[in-house]
Amino acid sequence: MAKIMTSGGEALIRALADENVDIIFGYPGGAALHIYDAIYQQDRVQHILVRHEQAATHAADGFARATGKPGVCLVTSGPGATNAITGIATAYMDSIPLVVISGQVPNHLIGTDAFQETDMMGISRPIVKHSFLVQKPEEIPVIIKKAFHIATSGRPGPVVIDVPKNLTDPNEKFEYKYPSDLYLRSFALYDEAENSEVKQAVKLLTEAERPVIYAGGGAVNSNAAEEIYEFGKLMGCPVTNTLMGLGVYPASDEQFVGMLGMHGTYEANMVMHEADLIMAIGARFDDRITNNPNKFGLKAKKIHIDSDPSSIDKIIDVDVAMTGNAKKVISQINKELKSVNFDNKKFDPWMKKAMQWRAKHGLNHNMLDQKNPGDIILPQQVVQSAYKATDGKAFVTSDVGQHQMFAAQYYHFNEPRKWINSGGLGTMGFGLPAAMGVKFAFPDETVACITGEGSIQMCIQELSTCGQYGLPIKIINLNNRALGMVKQWQDMQYGGRYSSISYEDSLPDFIKLAESYGHVGMKVEKLSELEAAMEECFALKDKLVFLDVYVDPDEHVYPMLKAGGDMSEMFLSKTEKTFE
Amino acid sequence: MNHIALLMENQPGALSRVIGLFSQRGYNIDSLSVAPTQDETLSRLTMTIGEEGADINQILKQLYKLVDVVMVQNLSEADALTLELAIIKLNKAKTEVGSLLKNYEFEREILDEKDNFTVFKVLGDTKEIEKLLSELKKEEFLEVTRSGTLGMTKGNESLATNDQTKISYD
Repeated sequence: MAKIMTSGGEALIRALADENVDIIFGYPGGAALHIYDAIYQQDRVQHILVRHEQAATHAADGFARATGKPGVCLVTSGPGATNAITGIATAYMDSIPLVVISGQVPNHLIGTDAFQETDMMGISRPIVKHSFLVQKPEEIPVIIKKAFHIATSGRPGPVVIDVPKNLTDPNEKFEYKYPSDLYLRSFALYDEAENSEVKQAVKLLTEAERPVIYAGGGAVNSNAAEEIYEFGKLMGCPVTNTLMGLGVYPASDEQFVGMLGMHGTYEANMVMHEADLIMAIGARFDDRITNNPNKFGLKAKKIHIDSDPSSIDKIIDVDVAMTGNAKKVISQINKELKSVNFDNKKFDPWMKKAMQWRAKHGLNHNMLDQKNPGDIILPQQVVQSAYKATDGKAFVTSDVGQHQMFAAQYYHFNEPRKWINSGGLGTMGFGLPAAMGVKFAFPDETVACITGEGSIQMCIQELSTCGQYGLPIKIINLNNRALGMVKQWQDMQYGGRYSSISYEDSLPDFIKLAESYGHVGMKVEKLSELEAAMEECFALKDKLVFLDVYVDPDEHVYPMLKAGGDMSEMFLSKTEKTFE
Repeated sequence: MNHIALLMENQPGALSRVIGLFSQRGYNIDSLSVAPTQDETLSRLTMTIGEEGADINQILKQLYKLVDVVMVQNLSEADALTLELAIIKLNKAKTEVGSLLKNYEFEREILDEKDNFTVFKVLGDTKEIEKLLSELKKEEFLEVTRSGTLGMTKGNESLATNDQTKISYD
């Protein structure tokens, strides 16, 4: 075979192609120009030009969440790198595989406060799984290979590669070789659990009276949905998913009690509180789940499966710790469960109890049928309407706030990777660029971004990117003319003192705004018009539609866990609560 | 007090990841010593974490998770040797220093002296050194520098590295 001679910039793009990357999101600038020139001269990797580097990271992130493959972005040094930080932190908190390539000033200028210089290695250090500063152009292919391996294996996460400009010089060629193997010293990965652990877990599972399966983002990341469904059926007990885990167990299944946690359903939180065995799968007992950890699951033994040993016994001490890949460990458990003499009928009364809790205070699914005085639209109704119009099959991205919780509660996800939101970092502005990433990955699927008028304005410039690439995303804007979640907290904890949540007089005309980018804008103010508008929005297959829905500005998200309480202590509405 | 021994890749940025982890997770490092080993691709650190109630297992797991960290060991849970070097400069004559040190067992050596000052080193247990320093507070104290605790396990076992993990692709 003839030798392939490449520059550092060419090697970088060629290595991405060899890593089966066909799309990257980015924004050019001085320090990255050699790399952009290499992009121009090939056709294996498509570059998507966003309007802000934050959007590049979120789009790559959305792509990764929807496909399970790593997302890739490319930014320049200085402001390009710092603009990418929010997106890197978002991916880090939700364990999303991302490879972020940042241009850097030439080697000889590093440390001189050169134009557009920033210490990307230093700035990104606490929010990356790992990072590389390229020191020789010849090492670029190996670094790319390592970066993809680190980003995608074990507990996934973002990896930064900082590339000084002189190392991508088109005039300095070297022989390109993409490595077939790589060597990482002491890089521990956890795969299957020990047999003794499996036996111990199955002993606890079969001896329990009130078990609950609690599955999170790690279950999605390890593609464990099928195994967890089988496990759920073998157990016949209640199953709950975290905000990050929605879809990993089908919401339409009778054993599914909904999301748990701060805005989880009454029945899910009650099940967690009363359970005598909590089986955590790829979930990390974070503070939005446990409420007060000292009052969490006091009646329950706990089994914890996680690919990251440092997640185990971090917040909650567990009885059986299983470090491994959730998909493989659940397979092991299923196999063992099937081999022991065990009748899951004994959990029937417990399952029945969960259904009684649902009947008592479950989410109100009849809202669409209820007469609503004054034709006011409740935000929950918008989500229900979107669910209906898409037959529950759309990819749904969201931003952060009330609309995110309403979407999580009322759009019932039956498959993993369909619900795409920033759970850990809680990044407003995530929804629209993430939807772009999903749409690039699945051009024939329906992609909706359920957002609010606060969040959408944080990355609204991406309407331009959507126009350039013809991305017919459906933006469902729950417009309550205020920062709803902040307002809710101000209502509940600050005596209704609405500090800095209102911009009513200065909101843009979203219809005109959408139209100015060449999209379709629609406005709905009356409940009686909602369904028809929603149908029309999704029927316009080739157009991005900005559906601006005026919703009740005073609605709160319920249930809501009482701060510092246990999981049974919830506000259920503005007038009802479960505690004194 | 916990002493942690750690082997990491001898690469730029590796140390900042280890140090950064402590501030990021809200832990304090009391002392730290770092230098390359006989294998120049590896650096060895000994860290002392004095904090009461710090979740040492969580710290060890977080450290081991860093890609540049090759091996971590809690020396406080092993049968280990620990040692610290301090160099002290006092406004005192050599003879006075001798009497100050007479109740201590550690190795000592005068490094520099004149009529009105003495520079000496002591080599010994960290707690002993701290005891001496607190006693010296009432003297005319010019300067002290400490190596931080160094440590390794007793016996013929070493903080061995795993072999390079080969990751093959088909």
